[in-house]
Amino acid sequence: MLGMSANSVSYNDQGSVESGVDAAQENSNISSGGSGGAAFSLFSADCKKNEDLKEMLENSKESLKLEAMKRIVGLIAKGKNASELFPAVVKNVASKNIELKKLVYVYLVRYAEEQQDLALLSISTFQRALKDPNQLIRASALRVLSSIRVPIIVPIMMLAIKESSTDLSPYVRKTAAHAIQKLYSLDPDQKEHLIEVIEKLLKDKSTLVAGSVVMAFEEVCPDRIDLIHKNYRKLCNMLVDVEEWGQVVIIHMLTRYARTQFVSPWREDAVFDENNEKTFYDSEEERRVDESKPYIMDPDHRLLLRNTKPLLQSRNTAVVMAVSQLYWHLAPKHEISIVTKSLVRLLRSHREVQYVVLQNIATMSIQRKGMFEPFMKSFYVRSTDATHIKTLKLEILTNLANEANISTILREIQTYVKSQDKAFAAATIQAIGRCATDISEVTDTCLNGLVLLLSNRDETVVAESVVVIKKLLQTQPSQHSDIIKHMAKLFDNITVPMARASILWLMGEYCEHVPKIAPDVLRKMAKTFTSEEDIVKLQIVNLAAKLYLTNSKQTKLLTQYILNLGKYDQNYDIRDRTRFIRQLIVPNEKSGALSKYARRILMAPKPAPVLQSAFKDRDRFQLGTLSHSLNSHATGYLELSNWPSVAPDQSVRNVEVVEPVKEALAPALGKSKRAKSDEKFYSGSEEEEEEEEEEEGSSSEDSSSSSGESESGSNSEENSDDSNKSSSSQSEKSSSESDTDKKKTQKNKKLQQQKPASKDRKLKNGKAANDESRSGRESDTESSSSESSSESGSESELDSNSDSGTDQKRKTKSKTVQSKPVTKLAEKKEVSLLDLDDFSPVPVTTPKSSILSPSLLSDLQGLSLSPGASALQASSPVFVPETSHELLHRMTGKGLSAQYRFTRQPCIYGNSMVSLQLTLSNNSEQALENIHISEKSSSGQNIHRFSAIERLEPQASVTVSMGVDFNDSTQAAHFQLCTKEDEFSVSIQPAVGELLLPITMSEADFTKEQGKLVGMNESTATITTTPENISSQSVNRNVVSAANLGVIPSNQENIHRFAGKTVSSGSLVLVSVALKDPDALITVNTEKTVIASMLLRQFKTALTNITP
Amino acid sequence: MIHSLFLINNGGDLFLEKHWKSVISRSVCDYFFEAREKAVEPDNVPPVIRTPHHYLINIYREKIFFVSVIQTEVPPLFVIEFLHRIAETFQDYFGECSETTIKDNVVIVYELLEEMLDNGFPLATESNILKELIRPPTILRSMVNTITGSSNVGDTLPTGQLSTIPWRRAGVKYTNNEAYFDVVEEIDAILDKSGTTVFAEIQGVIDACVKLSGMPDLTLSFMNPRLLDDVSFHPCVRYKRWESERVISFIPPDGNFQLMSYHISAQNLVAIPVYVKQNISFFETGSSGRLDITVGPKQTMGKTVECLVVTVHMPKVVLSANLNATQGTYNYDPVTKILLWDIGKLNPLKLPNLKGSISLQSGAPKPEENPSLNIDLKIQQLAISGLKVNRLDMYGEKYKPFKGVKYVTKAGKFQVRT
Repeated sequence: MLGMSANSVSYNDQGSVESGVDAAQENSNISSGGSGGAAFSLFSADCKKNEDLKEMLENSKESLKLEAMKRIVGLIAKGKNASELFPAVVKNVASKNIELKKLVYVYLVRYAEEQQDLALLSISTFQRALKDPNQLIRASALRVLSSIRVPIIVPIMMLAIKESSTDLSPYVRKTAAHAIQKLYSLDPDQKEHLIEVIEKLLKDKSTLVAGSVVMAFEEVCPDRIDLIHKNYRKLCNMLVDVEEWGQVVIIHMLTRYARTQFVSPWREDAVFDENNEKTFYDSEEERRVDESKPYIMDPDHRLLLRNTKPLLQSRNTAVVMAVSQLYWHLAPKHEISIVTKSLVRLLRSHREVQYVVLQNIATMSIQRKGMFEPFMKSFYVRSTDATHIKTLKLEILTNLANEANISTILREIQTYVKSQDKAFAAATIQAIGRCATDISEVTDTCLNGLVLLLSNRDETVVAESVVVIKKLLQTQPSQHSDIIKHMAKLFDNITVPMARASILWLMGEYCEHVPKIAPDVLRKMAKTFTSEEDIVKLQIVNLAAKLYLTNSKQTKLLTQYILNLGKYDQNYDIRDRTRFIRQLIVPNEKSGALSKYARRILMAPKPAPVLQSAFKDRDRFQLGTLSHSLNSHATGYLELSNWPSVAPDQSVRNVEVVEPVKEALAPALGKSKRAKSDEKFYSGSEEEEEEEEEEEGSSSEDSSSSSGESESGSNSEENSDDSNKSSSSQSEKSSSESDTDKKKTQKNKKLQQQKPASKDRKLKNGKAANDESRSGRESDTESSSSESSSESGSESELDSNSDSGTDQKRKTKSKTVQSKPVTKLAEKKEVSLLDLDDFSPVPVTTPKSSILSPSLLSDLQGLSLSPGASALQASSPVFVPETSHELLHRMTGKGLSAQYRFTRQPCIYGNSMVSLQLTLSNNSEQALENIHISEKSSSGQNIHRFSAIERLEPQASVTVSMGVDFNDSTQAAHFQLCTKEDEFSVSIQPAVGELLLPITMSEADFTKEQGKLVGMNESTATITTTPENISSQSVNRNVVSAANLGVIPSNQENIHRFAGKTVSSGSLVLVSVALKDPDALITVNTEKTVIASMLLRQFKTALTNITP
Repeated sequence: MIHSLFLINNGGDLFLEKHWKSVISRSVCDYFFEAREKAVEPDNVPPVIRTPHHYLINIYREKIFFVSVIQTEVPPLFVIEFLHRIAETFQDYFGECSETTIKDNVVIVYELLEEMLDNGFPLATESNILKELIRPPTILRSMVNTITGSSNVGDTLPTGQLSTIPWRRAGVKYTNNEAYFDVVEEIDAILDKSGTTVFAEIQGVIDACVKLSGMPDLTLSFMNPRLLDDVSFHPCVRYKRWESERVISFIPPDGNFQLMSYHISAQNLVAIPVYVKQNISFFETGSSGRLDITVGPKQTMGKTVECLVVTVHMPKVVLSANLNATQGTYNYDPVTKILLWDIGKLNPLKLPNLKGSISLQSGAPKPEENPSLNIDLKIQQLAISGLKVNRLDMYGEKYKPFKGVKYVTKAGKFQVRT
């Protein structure tokens, strides 16, 4: 019936083209000759009705026109032909009534292909609308224009797309992206031009456009992966804000992209490092050297994984599935399991969603049982599930079966066997068979269960059981002659041909195990041979042949009888088989050598069939695709490429914020320089160094950025006093340092004056250039090579290496290799710097410090910044307090005591961590072993633990560093300090001033930033000062000791300014102290109002309790 | 992507077609009808069907098949999710999604489909945006429109379409500003014959009805967010805040929407509010059987169980049931073989009981499996997981809104095996 209706429609369609043309002519007649329309409505009622619609459209009343259009749309919706109305409709394309216009558009798009000439009449209207000030009208004009599939207007479309792709409205640009695909399907020759537009639109920063243009990319030029490079990071970063449909398309595209650009994270020895943002800053060169070393994930690869992860929480099931397949195909093996929960969640959704998700889980569960095993119960079948859902769930349950859970699964499956849904019951029996072969422990149990099922009343169940038993028995026939006998008994009651055939085959194959029964079965079969199904007949012939060979005495006559029956069978297959068997087994003069081998041919041991999942080979398709669902290549399926063995050039993804300096210098610097372009993008400095320093520079940069923030912190102002007490080598060094210091700073000044221009440019490039490290390196260049350090940062390195580094040194000497990659990295870098102190045999650390006049430093920093550059420079702490706080008293710690202090350095372990120095001493009689922080301790804060100290001798002490992310709050961090025997709960309470990092900026910038942070963000307090307090020095000292802030050089004598940022969130904190005798006004400007009020309180006490 | 859409009713009539690219003859649906016939039950139709030149992806909803035609590779879930979104939009516009309403509003349906997809790729699917482009029909408006000739179609681009918060209309104004949240939890469970829990978990959603003026920025926090195992959010919710602080921070869409759904897994102990004592047996001879079901309260946290309904899908051979219910009414439909017992409120002092005999087709063998029972129930003012909303804060606007939270527990896929 349906075929009929379809035919009639297509018949109408054919006829309509002509009638449409006729109608057009009619129409011109009508319009010239008045209302002669009735004369033409001769043929049918349908035609008459359309005639009346035509009249309504001709009418000047808009409501009538609208009514007519609505009825026409009704016709289109029902699939009726309304094409002869084309001329009448197309006239209204320029209507003012927006609804009427939209309905005309609907009509136009539907019929334009059939009435190309007439459709052209409307084009000029769209061209005009493309210039309309209303973006909605521009967009819809482009939509309709591009939807009219008329080849003649291709050039017009192309022009419109090009213009719209630069439209100010992102909505119009989105429409342009859609139009690209339409034009491409209309005229593939335009590909090159369209790719240009795509390239342009890919650069678009609007989230609205992103999804659509990637869609166009996928359709037009999915192989032009090079267009993505530059937009890769942008796409990753904006992904969360793109609308959900766009997300799906982008994620699928990025999956393909990532498989071509990154190396496989699935290496066996791969070591992963969550904090590998650091590799971002590492030089590429170093990574090349590391090639043989543990796998380090490309930061861009990590970026993709990190940015897609939150989308697992999307309400859109397609997005969740897309992210899941991305993780499946791209993430390191141990990270894949985070998608499990979300996939299981989707099982609550609609039936169709369940179906697709279950298919994908089935494929996943074959390769990785562990992923879904904890959720096994979510795959339990409900009687109300649809059959295909049930079968898929069963498939997954079978995949998940292992020794541990098999009894649970079998118990569950037992209830399914009884299901009223027989197709499902049959599938269940198959599943039992698979469990039996997969897990040898339960083979016998399963087999017994299946034998019980043989007496089931339902035929399909019995038949399926027989087939499965047959397969199982093949694996171990000798022990199961009982079962074969049992089946022979049941044979009369079984009518399903497949099952009968299976039993007969079993009899024949194992006739030696059942020598008495087999001939009897053959006898029965000889009687019923003619009425059996073909597959059964074939097996009867087989059985006869096999028995003839093994037991010819009893069965010779029977066999000949059966062979005769087969000879005259209706089916030629059976006749052929019979002829073949006869020649093979019955010796006569014609049969040659073959009959000698008959026994070996027929009774050859046969390999047992392997029962395996139907989803075994589905993983050749990308998960979540249509091809995967259908298990065959769908049109337009894009193969996922294998991982490249060597990663392609990563720098292609760098976005060009080209530094002119670099460009100019690049040729002069040669190969090594070029290889480092990646690094430069991030660290953005050091151009002016000579080439040979390059290597050294990069290493010192690493170390200063790492160790500068590290445990070193023991430096404080009183260094000179301390150094006297410390070992000779150290004091020598520190004195030489203090000498060279001054020289160097002068040199630095000079240097900086020499090259202000280049520096300006660099700063403008907006990279937060690490001033500290740069100046460190510059002085490197100047100073003799024996002193590899100069001021602040690099100096503290040396110190730290000489003292706190001792325990690490000991470790490296004793060749204990650490497993944690972070510490390894840090250690490795320090080694080169350790050389100097290798001979210093100081076993115990004493708190040590270095000195540097804060004002000098800040002066320097002030100099290095050109006025007007708005970059905020992170700087080294102006003042590092020496006071330690008690963490663990030796009484409570059973001999172990611990003290901590804030080093005020940026933390090596994470950008948002506060770095702490921990001094552990053993006051007991015995050595303490394995001192560490317990894994499961932290109270919400992210803590970077120090690596375990293997042994601490009595009366010895050791200094280690750790990092805590306080999250910009003064809440104490609780954790467990453990020794081999004990565990002590300890907590660290940070003062608010320690949650900051100093920064420097020019005075002008300070005032500018302060201007932005007013209102709520400003807190002030007035205090009364005593005359001795108002000296600028004491104010400076008191403020910087209370909080880790940088001093801003000031022109006004009575105003002191300080700047810092919070460690975790990096919010700016600005403090100014205005002295107005006898009062002082303290102002704190920051977004973090809580911090502001706490700081204010601290300053109040600090400035009022001033000691002269 | 999506090439064409056909709507087909349960009887096999194709009553609406829409093409986004060139026209595809409706004869392509023959492949669908073939599959439909093979599947017997409409639920068993495979969602993805391959034909020589096309792929048909279909969903079955409200007794309508939404059959979409696909020509090239596309994630099937993408299409399925979108088809469901279409059905939801119809429901939103016309109150229900049925053949009659679609036929009655065919012009609006067409206008909607035109806006929702461009060249087969989703364009606008947010209900707030669509409602600005095409106003939903009301009796008053359709009367005004016929008289004045004004239209249902907006002529400016909805502001939401351009902003980063496409789900909200600009310039919303209410005299009564109110925000209501319904915490609805459903218990999915399988109980075995003896009443022990084979599997149980809780699926919850928070439905919101937010009618607030301007651009309010809301923060919803829980007393015990750690309970939630797995969550999914409306796009308006900020993932980052949830990750770091476990609060739901969002600028809400205007009107009704589902804020989030969550999942509390089987690992936590799930309270089962009722127990069922049942005895269904079929006799070997005499073509009859007995049925005896009693329902009683188990862990109800002191609340009353309401709207209690027991549904039994009887085996095919059951002809009729002659039962006696101590409470509520029962009904056996011999065509669908469904026994429905509507109990109503559960009285813990006098347990409802359904007892009697069932007659089978004479001569047919007795069914092997006893039918399982599906339980439906409702408990007001209780979230069975113990989830509690702590507070709702509003930023960005000056007025004080009315706020309210309601808790409901329902039975989801609650099945008792017999």
